[in-house]
Amino acid sequence: MSGYSESTVWLIIAALGLGTYLVRLSFLGILGNRDLPEWVLRHLRYTPVAILPALITPLVLWPQATGGTLDAPRLSAALVALGVGVWRKNAIAAVFAGMATLYAVGYFLG
Amino acid sequence: MRMTASNSAYLSGIIGGLPFLLVLLPFGLLFGVLGTEAGLPISQVMGFSFLVIAGSAQFTALQLMTENAPVLVVLASALAVNLRMAMYSASITPHLGAAPLWQRAMLSYMLVDQTYAMAMQTYEAQPERSLKWKVAYFFGLATPICPLWYGATYAGAVLGATIPPEFALDFAVPITFLALVAPALRTLAHIAAAMTSVMMAVVLNWMPYNLWLIFAGVAAMVVGAEVERRMTAARGKLS
Repeated sequence: MSGYSESTVWLIIAALGLGTYLVRLSFLGILGNRDLPEWVLRHLRYTPVAILPALITPLVLWPQATGGTLDAPRLSAALVALGVGVWRKNAIAAVFAGMATLYAVGYFLG
Repeated sequence: MRMTASNSAYLSGIIGGLPFLLVLLPFGLLFGVLGTEAGLPISQVMGFSFLVIAGSAQFTALQLMTENAPVLVVLASALAVNLRMAMYSASITPHLGAAPLWQRAMLSYMLVDQTYAMAMQTYEAQPERSLKWKVAYFFGLATPICPLWYGATYAGAVLGATIPPEFALDFAVPITFLALVAPALRTLAHIAAAMTSVMMAVVLNWMPYNLWLIFAGVAAMVVGAEVERRMTAARGKLS
């Protein structure tokens, strides 16, 4: 976090808080009861699955902790978390399975 | 009598919100731990949970900040993750839109994934409920959910300083994101969007300032929406 001054971090927090609040307030507080066009709703439905995988990919393929090279514990932990999450539809189970795999594979590979 | 009715609505809201504590506690703790590990003081970690009060966006901002991404990229990416809440706001307005402005201003702050999902489910199952009942129910839902998010974050932030680096917590963020995304891969359109997002992240990785994230996100959103449109059209033809 060395790249930001304390006030810059506060700026990020405040701007993100305000922006998020305005998104939440958008229809309920400002625009009122009106239907969003179907094409807009269709795009909004995919925002989390569009951004998060792109954010995850380099963290899994080129982790900073290993100096940017692919490593077995992290890759297998990611695959297990993904698999358990898809299979059980349960985020907590996926976190535990993923972290357990990370520690187990890390331990066996020394 | 009216007082009693709102009281019982408020109480059913609280009961409806309680099961979510199990989900929010670990994620709140984790945000607190990772925030302090990343070098943020407790005040700023808490600032995130109070002002943003949205797990995925907080983790997104935190991750990009540890990568020293430009401020605008941090904001654009984390806000993009929260754009789904415009959809929440629009779809809950038929139920709560007639409440006084000060109530809607408060309800908007508390419009998080869990309160939204639970409120919509209840409103749709019980359409005969009055506006007063629906508002009281929503406040009830938020009563355990929001304070727990702050409390869990605080506990995590205090705890974070004591966790040794051997625990490889650097990887808890990607694991958390995977855990949040995986259950959402319900349809072909969701899977297509996620795969586009992954491929674009690899292909565009040469871009500076984490800009690839924005391009990958937009491309994946368009692909998801387009696949859904075609699937719906195909289903229309079949029936």
